[in-house]
Amino acid sequence: MKTLARLGLGLLISSSMGLAHAEEVKIGMITTLSGGGSHLGVDVRDGFMLAIEQSGRDDIEVLIQDDARRPDLAKSLSNEFMQRDEVDIMTGIIWSNLAMAVVPSVVRQGTFYLSPNAGPSDLAGRMCHENYFNVAYQNDNLHGAMGAYMREQGFEKPLLMAPNYPAGTDALAGFKHLYEGEVADEIYTQLGQTDYAAEIAQIRASDADSLFFFLPGGMGISFMKQWANSGVDLPVFGPAFSFDEIIIKAVGSAAIGTRNTSSWAYDMENDANRVFVDGFREAHDRNPTLYAAQGYDTASLILSALDKAHPDDQDAFREALREADFASVRGKFRFGSNQHPIQDIYVREVVEGDDGEPTNRLVGIAVEDIQDVYAEQCRM
Amino acid sequence: MSATLLVEQLINGLQLGTMLFLMASGLTLVFGVMGLINLAHGAFYMVGAFVTATVTGATGSFLLGLVAGILAAAAVGALVELLVIRRLYHRQHLDQVLATFALILIFSEGTRWLFGSSPLWLSPPELLSGSVALPGGSRYPIYRLVIIAVGMVVAAGLYLLISHTRLGMRIRAGESDREMIGALGVNIARLYTLVFALGAALAGLAGALVGALQSVQVGMGEPVLILAFVVIVIGGIGSIKGALFGAILVGVVDTLGRVFLPALFGLFMGPSEASGVGTALAAMLIYILMAVILAFKPKGLFSANG
Repeated sequence: MKTLARLGLGLLISSSMGLAHAEEVKIGMITTLSGGGSHLGVDVRDGFMLAIEQSGRDDIEVLIQDDARRPDLAKSLSNEFMQRDEVDIMTGIIWSNLAMAVVPSVVRQGTFYLSPNAGPSDLAGRMCHENYFNVAYQNDNLHGAMGAYMREQGFEKPLLMAPNYPAGTDALAGFKHLYEGEVADEIYTQLGQTDYAAEIAQIRASDADSLFFFLPGGMGISFMKQWANSGVDLPVFGPAFSFDEIIIKAVGSAAIGTRNTSSWAYDMENDANRVFVDGFREAHDRNPTLYAAQGYDTASLILSALDKAHPDDQDAFREALREADFASVRGKFRFGSNQHPIQDIYVREVVEGDDGEPTNRLVGIAVEDIQDVYAEQCRM
Repeated sequence: MSATLLVEQLINGLQLGTMLFLMASGLTLVFGVMGLINLAHGAFYMVGAFVTATVTGATGSFLLGLVAGILAAAAVGALVELLVIRRLYHRQHLDQVLATFALILIFSEGTRWLFGSSPLWLSPPELLSGSVALPGGSRYPIYRLVIIAVGMVVAAGLYLLISHTRLGMRIRAGESDREMIGALGVNIARLYTLVFALGAALAGLAGALVGALQSVQVGMGEPVLILAFVVIVIGGIGSIKGALFGAILVGVVDTLGRVFLPALFGLFMGPSEASGVGTALAAMLIYILMAVILAFKPKGLFSANG
């Protein structure tokens, strides 16, 4: 009797352990939490974790590591996640050059990767993969929409500026794709550059009628501060990445009046967004950025797919992800054939908020249902 | 390619040069007088910037922040000399490199622990923001002109200090013959601490001035440190005059190279490739310059020891 009970207990323990092992999901997040690009990673992380907390699930373990915007570090972290921690899903990378170093080998080895930010053109086109989903955008999207918007606003000779890395070249290619006109010049800067005196002099000497720049994170802050004191007087435009809430607060009144394109705004009217924005403000006492919204949507998508299948059942889980059956804070959201979003891009204007600090306000729609041009190169 | 653009870029180069001079002068003094390779010099640059940003944020006065930043960098420099550097003078250069590299890591992690890893933002004072008209109709930010002016004042001050004061005489004596000046009864230990703190203060000043222009973040000192080493090698190790000329040369060559090389390659390439090749070559330009100068003048342009 005693032996039988012990055996029964043993079976119970082993079966429950087996069950726990089968059900628990490990997510590895590699993101930028230090240096000039840190607020992007911090917001992706905070948005992502907010959705996980709101879901109330305790069978999801999220491992978070800082890549310090270094491709080599991101690469070794991803190896650790795959080999030592055996994560089911990876996410978090902010910068396209890091994504190019990490994502291809991760998805080839059978781990799912969901991008909450970086969307380099190669991963949308010729290097697309069934285990790679981009929940944020293809890099061209926001820039292309701004190209279309500036064209419509009657600008004839914009000067374009971006850092020289995959997302920077994608940015200007995307802009020109929908702008379809003459540009005054294209300036490529170094990634992580902090002094823009030489570039500002070039802009001053050009015959441009407007400036479009893509400088995410600390680069955007440094540039805008130096631009404000330079005495150059051109209308300034960019994607949301150059004008997120953190950047415009650091820049101050010089940012007021600038316009930017975004796939999301915190004052968008839908239920999911209200839950997200209120929850984020309560938890962190600041307005969420687009990065936080993308992190939140990435987690919401994972949660929606986990309700249907476990990542161990790869085909079922992949199918569940493709359905994108979740309430996006962007309102509507669906995947194209290359598993990148097809979405509306909006225009926001930087205005003085109630507290006297600059903030983004939704002013209209730039392009509806934008899809990247690389989808046709993708054979899955 | 207009003349105003060239003039503006020349001033930009001058501004980068004066900032490099502030870094390089301390580095070259320490190397010249004590024979010490100090990789941790960039840490003082960072300390100056962080203290200035913090004090400016708390008091609202940039001037107060600047003074606090310089004093803090000098104090940290003196402390580091007393605790660590003092034990390294009689060691080999490799030991010095190892120990001061460890200091970089300690300072970086310490700053990250104290201030967090997000950058701090410091703005130039209201009075110095905005721009002034240049001859030729162009405009230039006042604050960058002020940096140039500060650099020139420091250069003049250092010249007077080295050539016209008792302290300067001892520094020069220390450069030429360490044993002899000790035998003559000069307190070498105190002289070394003083020189080290002076170098750290200049680095702190550079960090504070540049912090208001760019951003204040962990690791901001190291890229500047590399350039500063190039400057002192070009200028001649131990020579303040060499540091000044070397810094301005490097600043101007680097700035003009960064702007005009991509433009040059842009004549027969796409903008992205031209920028790639142009900036890669521009990044190498100062090292090529250094190699050429060393080929003809192995001890640098103004070697202190002849």
